[in-house]
Amino acid sequence: MASRAPQPYANPYAAGTCLGLVLLAAFVLSGRGLGASGAFAAAGTSAVRAVAPEAAQSSPYFSRYLESDGRVRPWHDWLVMEILGVVAGGLASAVAAGRWRLTLARGNGVSPRARVVAALCGGAAMGAGAVLARGCTSGQALTGGAMLSVGSWIFIAAAFGSAYAFARPLRALWAGGPIGSAAK
Amino acid sequence: MTDSLVLAFVIGAAFGWTLERAGLADAPKLARQFYLTDLTVFKVMFSALVTAMLGLFWLGRLGVVDVSAIYVPETFIGPQLLGGLVFGLGFVACGLCPGTSCVSAATGRLDGVAVVAGLFAGVLAMGFAVPAIAPFFTSGARGTFTIPDALHLPYGVVVFGVTLIALGGFVVAERIEARA
Repeated sequence: MASRAPQPYANPYAAGTCLGLVLLAAFVLSGRGLGASGAFAAAGTSAVRAVAPEAAQSSPYFSRYLESDGRVRPWHDWLVMEILGVVAGGLASAVAAGRWRLTLARGNGVSPRARVVAALCGGAAMGAGAVLARGCTSGQALTGGAMLSVGSWIFIAAAFGSAYAFARPLRALWAGGPIGSAAK
Repeated sequence: MTDSLVLAFVIGAAFGWTLERAGLADAPKLARQFYLTDLTVFKVMFSALVTAMLGLFWLGRLGVVDVSAIYVPETFIGPQLLGGLVFGLGFVACGLCPGTSCVSAATGRLDGVAVVAGLFAGVLAMGFAVPAIAPFFTSGARGTFTIPDALHLPYGVVVFGVTLIALGGFVVAERIEARA
């Protein structure tokens, strides 16, 4: 696939409209919207149970992912199956478009080590925030936003407001990329 | 495996495919949203939100779908405000969100794999902290609480208003990109 030039990305409004139809299909066919962070919670519960079964049982947060027999079967979880689908769909699309490539995406002015640390820390902050908010950009912003939930719109305003507020102090994390001379 | 889980996988595959097509597996491209040089995140997200919102409204109005039977995320004002602030900090630091990090990892990007690992750590750490912050974790609980409820406006009026705001946002986004 390296012999083929990658296809350009789709028009964002067309892709967004398709994504909206996928979300609408989830509403109509499954009675619920999309999600992502919830799958991490469900899968994480199986790790907690494997290491410390009592901790999973007594935790008000993790115990809701346990089934009635006290076991946890992540593959019985709607969001876990949906996220496995996301991985499969993303992989298939990238391969079909000649875009699959083993790489570390970063700004040219950022060391690989700094990029990995920022990715780990950023991921951890999003995980913590998503537990507090009961969802992430998928479950709250997209799904709850389309359902006009007040809490979801509070989450949208807070998350985007915060990201813009921290963009300037964190600009070194993207040097030579989004804000460097190679920006376009 | 039940039909519902097969459906979950199929819906997820369409979700992942669409995110990759839009270019949202590439963290530097997402980060450009916050430096105002590429507003793909905003355009994709709000086209999707408005499409689903309008579709649901009209399917409900035409009697095809019982909108009240669809699960609405519950509102907890305090933790959703703080959770959003913490989430936004993480979002601009890593350039991906939980859904797009899975697509990023699936397309061979190792930074996406690192974000996925970080997400697991963050969810587990905050999950264990929930009992210690129990009063805050459920503060501002309003149950199912929608903008039409809050503003005492008809559903259709709010749908129309959100659509107009999004269309205005697209015009502004195009101007910002033309300048960048």
